[in-house]
Amino acid sequence: MLDTDFFRRWMTATAAAVSREASRLTDLDAAIGDADHGNNMQRGFTAVTAVLEKESPATPGAVLTLAGRQLISTVGGASGPLYGTLLRRTGKALGEAAEVSTEELAEAFGEGVAAVAQLGGAQAGDKTMLDALLPAVEALSSSLGAARDAARAGAEATVPLQARKGRASYLGERSIGHQDPGATSAALLIEALAETAGPSAGGDA
Amino acid sequence: MRMLINVPETVVADGLRGMAAAHPELTVDVENRLVVRRDAPVAGKVGLVSGGGSGHEPLHAGFVGPGMLSAACPGEIFTSPVPDQMVKAATAVDSGAGVLFVVKNYTGDVLNFDMAAELAEDEGVQVARVLVDDDVAVDDSTFTAGRRGTGATLFVEKIAGALAEEGAPLERVEAVARQVNESARSFGVALGAVTTPAKGSPTFDLPDGQLELGIGIHGEPGRERRPMMTSGEIADFAVHAVLEDLRPKGPVLVLVNGMGATPLLELYGFNAEVQRVLSERGVAVARTLVGNYVTSLDMAGCSVTVCQVDEELLRLWDAPVQTPALRWGR
Repeated sequence: MLDTDFFRRWMTATAAAVSREASRLTDLDAAIGDADHGNNMQRGFTAVTAVLEKESPATPGAVLTLAGRQLISTVGGASGPLYGTLLRRTGKALGEAAEVSTEELAEAFGEGVAAVAQLGGAQAGDKTMLDALLPAVEALSSSLGAARDAARAGAEATVPLQARKGRASYLGERSIGHQDPGATSAALLIEALAETAGPSAGGDA
Repeated sequence: MRMLINVPETVVADGLRGMAAAHPELTVDVENRLVVRRDAPVAGKVGLVSGGGSGHEPLHAGFVGPGMLSAACPGEIFTSPVPDQMVKAATAVDSGAGVLFVVKNYTGDVLNFDMAAELAEDEGVQVARVLVDDDVAVDDSTFTAGRRGTGATLFVEKIAGALAEEGAPLERVEAVARQVNESARSFGVALGAVTTPAKGSPTFDLPDGQLELGIGIHGEPGRERRPMMTSGEIADFAVHAVLEDLRPKGPVLVLVNGMGATPLLELYGFNAEVQRVLSERGVAVARTLVGNYVTSLDMAGCSVTVCQVDEELLRLWDAPVQTPALRWGR
């Protein structure tokens, strides 16, 4: 079972990963967007870490809801509302439970991802964060490690796609050949989830 | 990188502090990233709120003042503001007559303003929204996020602002704002890439002797790259792209807009060519504005916006305006 502390550590691990990879995210964004994704994600998750420390939410759901609200309030751009909605809706779906199983997380995360798809009006193959998130949701019910692998593969699979949403879409065919920065940061979020569960949980958490 | 900055993290805040010092007629809240006309809320007047990423100065904060915007929300560089800023702006300028959000069509701006509209309505502010999407360079908008909002934003903010100043109700201000957007089209070109403070190097590689056609205002590359053209050839290309889509049946307003790094001398020279092409096409120009108004940091290049006007729109365009970047008639 995953407790409140696990979700707090997940968010902290995401913040660390986003910080570590910020310049890579920005470089990917420079190729097909406007070169701010790394900074925006870093600013948002730094604020998430700070607010989680200050307010110490009591349940897994409350951790994600608070984190999502904080992202909406600090990130801006498209990433703020999309990542904010992802975490907020997942948190809401987890409800008041003090501990959740991987299956319950998988189901709640599925609701969060569906909310992102609705808000952004995007679908699989549009070269967006969904290309990492949708396969991750599928795999999450088997294990966190499988979700990590699926998200990573999904992000890499955006390279040959033509963008149909967001700023990269204005490039048309010229967006082909570049990995999507949003799918890449989404993969970081899922990688941090598996990492939080520990190496032993990589296969069967 | 050679930039007149301290550190990339404080560029927006530093700019706002300087703006506050230069413009005591504005209330500048550096912490919450808000620029509000000092006399807001004005009794009985519809509030006009806009915002977007920083780096497009004077858009939007430079257009706050009597006759134009009531408040502006500057985001991080090229990043839309967050809903909290817009809600604060809406409540600061609402006199009970409601607020119009002027939103440029970018995914982030649209999502954040939509969230803000919901939150502001929860606080009892009536909110309407106009989406600016004038960029004809985005030619297949069913496969993109839709046409971008660029130069026409200035026309929408000026004309709707003048109408709000006269005390028109929200539905009327919204309708005219929409009419201006529907009557305006833009096309932009880049002669050099943009360098954001955070990245510190050009965000795309535009070799010497090349230009990028159909550029947006965020340094995002355009749709096509060609060998360098003369000012006259660029004017031919840009104006034809605009007129192919607009086909004006009356007089027009023209904005020849610099992207930040093109000298005014070149912009005026380019305007001469734009006027030539319009005249060849039989389009009567009622008013022309030339300058850096909707910029993209240090990008070299320009855009042309053409807006068809009727008598009322022209009257509202000529109405007094008093903002840091646009002022006349007072």
